[in-house]
Amino acid sequence: MIDIDKISKIARITLSEKEKENFSKDLEDVLLWLKDLDKIKVTKDIEPTFQPIETKNVTREDIVEPSLEQELALSNTENKENGYFKGPQSM
Amino acid sequence: MNYKDMQVKQFIEESSKGNIDIEDYHAKIFESIEKIQKKYNYFVTIPKRESLKQAKAMNKNKTKDKLAGLAVSSKDCLCTKGIETTAGSKILKGYIPPYDATVIKNIKDDNGIIIGKTVMDEFGFGTFCTNSAYGIPKNPIEIDRCCGGSSGGAGGLTTAINIPHIAIGESTGGSISCPAAYCGVVGLTPTYGLVSRYGHIDYANSLDKIGTLGKSVYDTALMLSTIAGPDPKEPTTINTKPTDYTKNIGQSIKGLKIGIPKEYFNGIDKDVEKVIRKAIDRFSELGAKSQEISLKTTEYVLPTYYVIATAEASTNLARYCGMRYGATEEIKGKFNGYFSTVRGKYFSDEAKRRILLGTYTRMAGYRDQYYLKAMKVRTMIINDFKKTFNTFDAIVAPTMPNIAPKFKDIDKLSPIETYAMDNLTVGPNLAGIPMISIPCGTVKGMPVGIHILADHLKEDKMLKVASALEKVLK
Repeated sequence: MIDIDKISKIARITLSEKEKENFSKDLEDVLLWLKDLDKIKVTKDIEPTFQPIETKNVTREDIVEPSLEQELALSNTENKENGYFKGPQSM
Repeated sequence: MNYKDMQVKQFIEESSKGNIDIEDYHAKIFESIEKIQKKYNYFVTIPKRESLKQAKAMNKNKTKDKLAGLAVSSKDCLCTKGIETTAGSKILKGYIPPYDATVIKNIKDDNGIIIGKTVMDEFGFGTFCTNSAYGIPKNPIEIDRCCGGSSGGAGGLTTAINIPHIAIGESTGGSISCPAAYCGVVGLTPTYGLVSRYGHIDYANSLDKIGTLGKSVYDTALMLSTIAGPDPKEPTTINTKPTDYTKNIGQSIKGLKIGIPKEYFNGIDKDVEKVIRKAIDRFSELGAKSQEISLKTTEYVLPTYYVIATAEASTNLARYCGMRYGATEEIKGKFNGYFSTVRGKYFSDEAKRRILLGTYTRMAGYRDQYYLKAMKVRTMIINDFKKTFNTFDAIVAPTMPNIAPKFKDIDKLSPIETYAMDNLTVGPNLAGIPMISIPCGTVKGMPVGIHILADHLKEDKMLKVASALEKVLK
């Protein structure tokens, strides 16, 4: 059995009791399906691929360039005060 | 001028000479898409006023090179300055990006005009484009069938509109090829990293690729020439030089070797298989040699894809918390409680399902079993493709195992049955290789798409093969 309360807490999603029941079943079915991965033999020389192509560091000269203006950065929310985002209490 | 059934190539030639009234053309575009929208629902937003303003300004401009005023639609996952961008999600309703995605900027710089934002599955989570908060797009050929996902609006629109237009789509696991196949148009997904993802609303960073849908291979090659190239704002872009991809159209494919993977025919619709086999037979008259091959890792692709894609999605979607943009609630309570409430209220079932799954497979104790293992299997899948491309110039296979399903049949599918529909497209997407789907025939009057895959950055070969096949199939 998966612990749906724990997963939803980590995922920061509030679920109704009905959703908990439905998603528990869905997740158990899908995880059983994903178990097929266990059957695949992976030799020790196989490294994980995090990017499908080789990526190289992109650097630039350390020159100050204009960035998004504060007013624009705050333009999509009502939750603002004195030029800052306003959020819920964190402590 | 009459733009009906005019090809993009002809439009650009005429417009570049100053023979097209861009304002008149765009007025006709809006007349057409407003009618189409009422019947099929392909758009989330139609920014008519802004687009007509640009068309008016362009009319006065004497130099109309490159896209020359062409109408371009964008999937709603790309940020468009001043135009609402939702990625198909309720959680982004009302979000007005303060900047353009690099792809949008490139289109505007090349004199393209954005005519609208097309409907998609929420954040790209879907195979049939039935998971959008902004209505379901209907197949332009049979209205009780789906367009395919997740770039469903782009696929449907490209078929339905008969005035020159090209669409921008995005693929994580097959979201360009699938709607292209189901709607009967061409869909090009480039090599991972060839097109900048800056300003794209991410689904899975190591898989997302922005591409294009058009009525012909030429149209997609033309748009690729505009959107491809390195971007200092996007560190995974590849340092390529400006390229005119249309030069590959009409080139001979004599002597090319085409691999046909036998595993891609397992369990597919028999009538679809017949159409694909018939199209493959045409390679001989083009002087290309097709040969059956085996891609043994095909049986691993689905679990590998769903582990990686959902793991990456679950971290990407952490940013939607009802604070800085999109849906919001009255701020009260503690940090985590507030975020969890907003996310619980505004994410759809499929988004929740994928976030929960991705969270689980990254959790301590399961990470090695699922996430790391999938990343290693991905290496094996890439090696399998790479080995094939040592001998073969391209791989050709069916794009989808079926024709566009009816909505009433989609409703009966479980999540796993739906995910299994991606079997033929997730492999090349995991490998980050370029792919193009072109129409190759019909079954019960519905289009069938054939998929042409090539090695990383071998878009030239892929386009040559696609355009040669397109010509003989017409």
